[in-house]
Amino acid sequence: MAELHVELVAADRKVWAGEASLVIARTTAGDIGIMPGHQPVLGVLRSGPVTIRTTGETGEGTVVAAVHGGFLSYTDGKLSLLAEVAELADEIDVERAQRSLEQAQAETDAEAERRASVRLQAVAAER
Amino acid sequence: MAAQLRVYKRRIKSVTATKKITRAMEMIAASRIVKAQRKVAASTPYADELTAAVTAVAHGSDVKHPLTTEAKRPRRAAVLIITSDRGLAGAYSSNAIKAGEHLTSQLASEGKEVDTYIVGRKGVSYYAFRERHVTRSWTGFTDNPTYADAKEVAAPLIEAMERDTDEGGVDELHIAFTEFVSMMTQTPVERRLLPLKLERTAEESAEVFQRDEHTHALYDFEPSAEQVLDALLPRYVESRIYNALLQSAASKHAATRRAMKSATDNAEELIKSLTRLANAARQADITQEISEIVGGSSALADASAGSER
Repeated sequence: MAELHVELVAADRKVWAGEASLVIARTTAGDIGIMPGHQPVLGVLRSGPVTIRTTGETGEGTVVAAVHGGFLSYTDGKLSLLAEVAELADEIDVERAQRSLEQAQAETDAEAERRASVRLQAVAAER
Repeated sequence: MAAQLRVYKRRIKSVTATKKITRAMEMIAASRIVKAQRKVAASTPYADELTAAVTAVAHGSDVKHPLTTEAKRPRRAAVLIITSDRGLAGAYSSNAIKAGEHLTSQLASEGKEVDTYIVGRKGVSYYAFRERHVTRSWTGFTDNPTYADAKEVAAPLIEAMERDTDEGGVDELHIAFTEFVSMMTQTPVERRLLPLKLERTAEESAEVFQRDEHTHALYDFEPSAEQVLDALLPRYVESRIYNALLQSAASKHAATRRAMKSATDNAEELIKSLTRLANAARQADITQEISEIVGGSSALADASAGSER
């Protein structure tokens, strides 16, 4: 089966790169799933979890990342996910995210609350 | 004469202390260049992908966006000059300012009003001393810029681009910063960020046709080309500014390293010549003492020889 080469890059580093069979991301118009051979697409991402089904050298498995805004572009078997901030689920400190979520709710800071809940969603999605 | 020797000794001591300081600063700057270079490298994939995406939208759709269309008669331009917060970096900041000044006068000669935006305390004080107007300035992060800093700088610039020219907006956005070419070479450069220059040279487009004429044609936009462009362009500007800040930081460290290296070399040279002078002074002291003793004893000998007669 054809493979999808995925690159997940944040503004200041490359977060993840590898082969995948399916990538699910959340665009402003709703969730989008991309498999190899998809039509070239360019979309605006919303904050949310990105799920990558890995294959090839990286082995079968699932990688989940929390992405805070950004873009997705797919051409010729190469998918780029660009985000200002992106974190892999296993990099996320659950306790800290939980704490900042509670704090954000207490202070009714919508922005921070959104950030923290996206992190928690990503962690939950990987389990 | 012993006083002379003491003066030399004191000066040698103080120059040695200065040399130690400049050597330490040289080492610190050298280690920071590597770190800054690594950051530039780490930010490159994002910038590359973003540029590719912007090019794709621009070629794959005929959307007119205020940030990409050139004004018929541009009247006002914004210039962002990136300098450093601290000195001791040779001509680094003054070269960056010079590039900015060159850009400004060029734009002015084209009949455009220029709004100046400055990053770095050196640039701010240059403009403040000449009592020239600065639209916005930022200081405090030039040594180690983060993406959040770039966003902060980009926000008012993008806002000014989007505003109507009659209401104080600008038609063009230029940037003057120092490009990090290598450890030894850093060149001040002037770039136009917006409107994007999308037209290619004739050869380049001919090449595209030979290779594959559909390279940029088939994109699907989610949700729509306008909205993608709307979201993409500010990010593009931010990432360009971020890249410029990082390159400037790396260049600044390289300039500091070079300046401190030559300061250390000069101190060494100075110590050498002072040591020579101190040696000569010491030798002169000794010679004088000897000649005093010899003179004294021969005077005594003469005197006693005279009394025997």
